[in-house]
Amino acid sequence: MTTFHRILGAVAATGAAALVLSGCVAKSDVGAAAAFDVSSTDAGCAVSAATAKSGTLTFDVKNDTDQVSEFYLLAEDGLRIVGEVENIAPAASRTLTVVAQPGDYFTLCKPGMIGEGVGKTAFTVTGDRVAVDGPDAEQKKAAVDLYAAFVKDQVGQLVPAVEDFVAAYESGDDETARALFPQVRAYYERIEPVAEALGDLDPRIDYREVDAVAEGLDWTGFHRIEKDLWVPAQDALNADGETPAWQDWAPSTPAERADFGDLLLADAQELYDYVHSDDFTTALEDQGIGGISNGAIALLDEVATGKISGEEDWWSGTDLYDFAANVEGSKMAFSLVRDFAAAQGDDGKTLVSEIEAGYAALEESLAAHGSLADGFVGYSELTEADKREFTDLINALAEPLSQLTGTVLD
Amino acid sequence: MNEPDEDAAAETAAASPPAGLSRRGLLGLAIGGGVAGLAVGAGAGIAGGVAIGRARAHADAQPVHEFFGEHQAGITTSVQDHLHFASFDMMPRTDRDDLISLLQDWSYAAARMTQGLEVSASGAVGGLAEAPPDDTGEALGLPAAGLTITFGFGPGLFENEDGDRYGIAALRPTGLERLPAFLGDDLSPQASHGDLCVQACADDPQVAVHAIRNLSRIAFGRARLRWSQLGFGKTSRTTSSQATPRNLFGFKDGTANILADDAAALDDHVWVASDDEPAWLAGGSYLVARKIAMLIETWDRVRLAEQDTIIGRDKGEGAPLSGGDEFTAPDFGGASIDANSHVRLAHPEQNEGIRILRRGYNYVDGNNELGRLDAGLFFLSYQRDPEQFITLQRRLSTDLLNEYIRHVGSGIWAVPAGVKPGSYVGAELFA
Repeated sequence: MTTFHRILGAVAATGAAALVLSGCVAKSDVGAAAAFDVSSTDAGCAVSAATAKSGTLTFDVKNDTDQVSEFYLLAEDGLRIVGEVENIAPAASRTLTVVAQPGDYFTLCKPGMIGEGVGKTAFTVTGDRVAVDGPDAEQKKAAVDLYAAFVKDQVGQLVPAVEDFVAAYESGDDETARALFPQVRAYYERIEPVAEALGDLDPRIDYREVDAVAEGLDWTGFHRIEKDLWVPAQDALNADGETPAWQDWAPSTPAERADFGDLLLADAQELYDYVHSDDFTTALEDQGIGGISNGAIALLDEVATGKISGEEDWWSGTDLYDFAANVEGSKMAFSLVRDFAAAQGDDGKTLVSEIEAGYAALEESLAAHGSLADGFVGYSELTEADKREFTDLINALAEPLSQLTGTVLD
Repeated sequence: MNEPDEDAAAETAAASPPAGLSRRGLLGLAIGGGVAGLAVGAGAGIAGGVAIGRARAHADAQPVHEFFGEHQAGITTSVQDHLHFASFDMMPRTDRDDLISLLQDWSYAAARMTQGLEVSASGAVGGLAEAPPDDTGEALGLPAAGLTITFGFGPGLFENEDGDRYGIAALRPTGLERLPAFLGDDLSPQASHGDLCVQACADDPQVAVHAIRNLSRIAFGRARLRWSQLGFGKTSRTTSSQATPRNLFGFKDGTANILADDAAALDDHVWVASDDEPAWLAGGSYLVARKIAMLIETWDRVRLAEQDTIIGRDKGEGAPLSGGDEFTAPDFGGASIDANSHVRLAHPEQNEGIRILRRGYNYVDGNNELGRLDAGLFFLSYQRDPEQFITLQRRLSTDLLNEYIRHVGSGIWAVPAGVKPGSYVGAELFA
């Protein structure tokens, strides 16, 4: 069976202060610290070297832009955050300290704290794995901080992506909007449980027509726009298999498009403001690593209940993009708590290896149908056998994953 | 049909896992209880406490069947009222250790559930609040209800298009292969075949469903449910004290079945003998399942005399049309029993003495899109050699009844001998 080692949990890092970090690694038997200089500029992110030996690394990040900037060390998939420093004022410097295991990474700066960032550069760590033996509470704090950073990063990319998407939609450039739709949603789908915890925000952003009708809400958000972009045939039926697609619905006028587009943008901004607020930080810290673990489980449940049946993106058929993003978000959350589970004796190690094998098998199966970067086949192209395979693999992963929270809190 | 005292039942079930239960099983079953070693080490005591929850109801004299023994329970066991039958396929990427661990975990869970216990020591409500319970809980407070759980191995388990996945291809019994095509077959892949089968029978349908549901859950990642079938209203009897039940055609079925107290007939027709091949299957049997849809609405418009002629027995008493009562041997010499009646074609006298042990159930899966009842007989038979069934089924090719039935599902499994205490079902295969 495939196993894959993730370095995240073993890495002590926080965006807030190097002081906390030095505590995390104080007891570690790790290599001598290596220091790097980073210059964050408007279009670049120069790091003084592109390789390092495993052990404690410090990145002294100088912000040479006139906006607040951030610096990230990303895992080899370019998605998961190994360490980051945020809120670096113009002309100021801050330091990121991480214990880096051997592997391939990327460095990246994000002036303005929004969007995809600039100067993404490969960074390689060689040498032996190093043991991390910090105080448990601090490691848990570090995991929560990293999850917060991941959520902020995803929402930070969601906002400009929604801007582009809405601009195309409002201007009637449907071809561009259709191409952007599944990509924009990925940022949201990776962190969906966060938005769902906010009560009325997820219904405004992500309700399907049948849900909104059932609850008597105005139907807005991604799926309202989706139906304008993939106008159903006159005899098509809605996701309930019963209601005519055109019942109580007509394609949006330009004025309506402006309303729906602007609302989605405002809602994305509201989500951004929330995840950058103390309320969010406090909520995450209150839940601790159990909250992260439950997030991993919840995202997989999203896949099992909505995406596998093709009910999520009824008009566009882009369910596999959401599916893949849910799985990525779930795996990210799992990776932050995996070491706490693995520390629970042989059973914990077994649980971790089963979960890792489950993600690997599911990813392999998904990859047979495309990728987020290159696009997935439409849902209608999946055979019943394909759906059955996904269902079996989700069951295989979700069953051990459902034990994760109980194990890490044990 | 013994009535073990509650503590003994609990200890039997709980004492077996340390020897046979795999690491994987500990994870699935005991992690919810906190530290796995603790849960198992204290198993007997915990299970004793759990037993109160479900075993107390034994007071109403519901039978409890021993899981361990010479033969698997659920074959000669007095036929229970309800069935949940499930067929599984092993998942891709699984290896020999996965198969063994699954059989160990299933055996452990089955040993507990058949005694009226929850699927693990921490059960439905005794585990961590932060983890899903080991047991799904719908059988809490219910007695064992005569539950038996019987496991079988299909041809594909030994070898399939992916080859010898588990290193047991050489052990496949020669006769264990997909049944040949029979006249009138209209088989659906959704109701046929499978690497593994589990027959759960109980007098309470909720207990039978609870067993299959929990075994399916334990299997996730190792085996996947291929199809399953609910059955009710047993259509056969296996003990002389049971009245002969009726199938959905309204006729008594299984009058001439092999009964549990007929040791000679069981040895001749049901149990694989120690000098039969293969040796590992000695004490076991072969299970054939056939899902036989009945064209109910058409049958119900057949006049009574015609119905009697088709079956060869009278509908009221079940007596052969040649005279006597239900248990009178039919006389095929005269003209009273049609040459193509069901009773004649299926009778041992017409089939070189071949007999099988039938254990089928009626089923109604709601209705089809034409508004007809989706109903019929879920035929289950146990035999020493698959050829017994094949011979009989071929013989039935001219059966007058064929106009009113369609075979829509089919499967065959080798059913290993009973489980020794501390071991697991099918251990002989991996010795």
